[in-house]
Amino acid sequence: MESPFVTAFTLMQRADPALMQIIGLSLRVTLTAVLIACVIGLPLGAALALARFPGRGGVIVLFNALMGLPPVVAGLVIYLALSRSGPLGTFALLFTPAAMIAAQTLLILPIVVSLTRSVVEDLWAEYRDQLLSLGANRLRAVPTLLWDGRVSLLTGVLAGFGRASAEVGAVLIVGGNIAGHTRTMTTAITLETNRGNLGLAVALGIILMALTLSLNAAAWAAGQWARSRLG
Amino acid sequence: MSPTRRHVLSALTGLTLLAALPARAQEFITVASTTSTENSGLFGHILPIFQAETGIEVRVIAQGTGQALETGRRGDADVVFVHARAQEDKFVAAGWGVQRFDVMYNDFVLVGPAEDPAGAGPATTAAEAMANVAAAAAPFASRGDDSGTHVAEMNLWSTAGIRPEGGWYLSTGSGMGATLNTAAQAGAYALTDRGTWLGFNNRGPLQIVFQGDPVLFNPYGIILVNPEKHPHVKAEAGQKFIDWIVSPAGQRAIADFRIGGEQLFFGSAG
Repeated sequence: MESPFVTAFTLMQRADPALMQIIGLSLRVTLTAVLIACVIGLPLGAALALARFPGRGGVIVLFNALMGLPPVVAGLVIYLALSRSGPLGTFALLFTPAAMIAAQTLLILPIVVSLTRSVVEDLWAEYRDQLLSLGANRLRAVPTLLWDGRVSLLTGVLAGFGRASAEVGAVLIVGGNIAGHTRTMTTAITLETNRGNLGLAVALGIILMALTLSLNAAAWAAGQWARSRLG
Repeated sequence: MSPTRRHVLSALTGLTLLAALPARAQEFITVASTTSTENSGLFGHILPIFQAETGIEVRVIAQGTGQALETGRRGDADVVFVHARAQEDKFVAAGWGVQRFDVMYNDFVLVGPAEDPAGAGPATTAAEAMANVAAAAAPFASRGDDSGTHVAEMNLWSTAGIRPEGGWYLSTGSGMGATLNTAAQAGAYALTDRGTWLGFNNRGPLQIVFQGDPVLFNPYGIILVNPEKHPHVKAEAGQKFIDWIVSPAGQRAIADFRIGGEQLFFGSAG
């Protein structure tokens, strides 16, 4: 068996079109899911940190627990919802990238919500008096608190990205691993394993990890830069 | 707005647009099929030929036969292409499918450690070979997933009058390839379709120990999901695919698919 590192390198060097398409789709699905989870999860998490309502403890525990939602269960839920025999069947979204984005959003959202809630809660405890004296109410304080907590929040977003880019259970069920259409890095790795092409499977794993590493390095560098520039 | 924020915003907008772009505006059908056809590479060979002739893209979801029929029953595929005759007939009889067509066959083979410790090879029938494995309590890796291959395996056990259970019987609950990976590691016997076996590259100590019994015949059928049950089914394009695959052109494409010079599937339509 050729070294998987050599295989990985050769594949990348050749810019194999099928591989490029798979990488593109993986990034597109996961990054979109991260984006949607942030758009919903950041305000929701901040609101959960600042608002006081009956049952708040229960909601917090629920989101914390959902961080452990098994990908295959998230996949099944989305599958049953999007299936032609399900409530959202008319939209014909099953076995499309949109379905995969929905499933991964479901996986990431609890992480973003819980982490944002925790970060904002701590910052609010620290700056509450200061912000109130400046005339901000709880609602107006949200953007400031989120901006202040951006470095910690970035870690949460990266954790979400990691969870989504690493999972195979959900995208396999709702995407169907269709060649050229819904095949991602992780489902391709599963397929090659099933074909007994273990070397190629490991090579794809190496490429996936290299991508994840690059993205995390970029995020870290951006964080450092922002810290030095913006204090 | 600060320049930084503007950059971030435009990057986010770009990302959203990218995500919203339709993948392709081409006509396509969805086919629920089995891991044996996908893992062997058959679809990679025949679908481009069909697409070149008709312009219709075929999106294949590879599942076990049980799951593929369920996908059809729920209306999530236009066509099912599977191998478990009794279940297929039931699917059509219940009105979920329009009509079943013979497409092709390959056969099942019993693979196991080269030294064949259970003496399955000398058996005269497949059921006897399986009985020898059970009698020796030699490890046997089963799909255990309601797939066509699993159904065929259970039929053999039933013919042999054996209820497979005990520490030697490993029910993997996974696809053919995953089961073969398990068998290769555990030095276990396994029933596999020849197509997957020929395309499989992690055989370890395994080789074919028993083959050739006519009961190991493994026919594939293709069925259009009934548009009366699911009006959104692309009946016309789906039927076009069925018509093509049973036509001389489709049958030739199947026969031309080879691995290492060996033909994997044999056309049976017509």
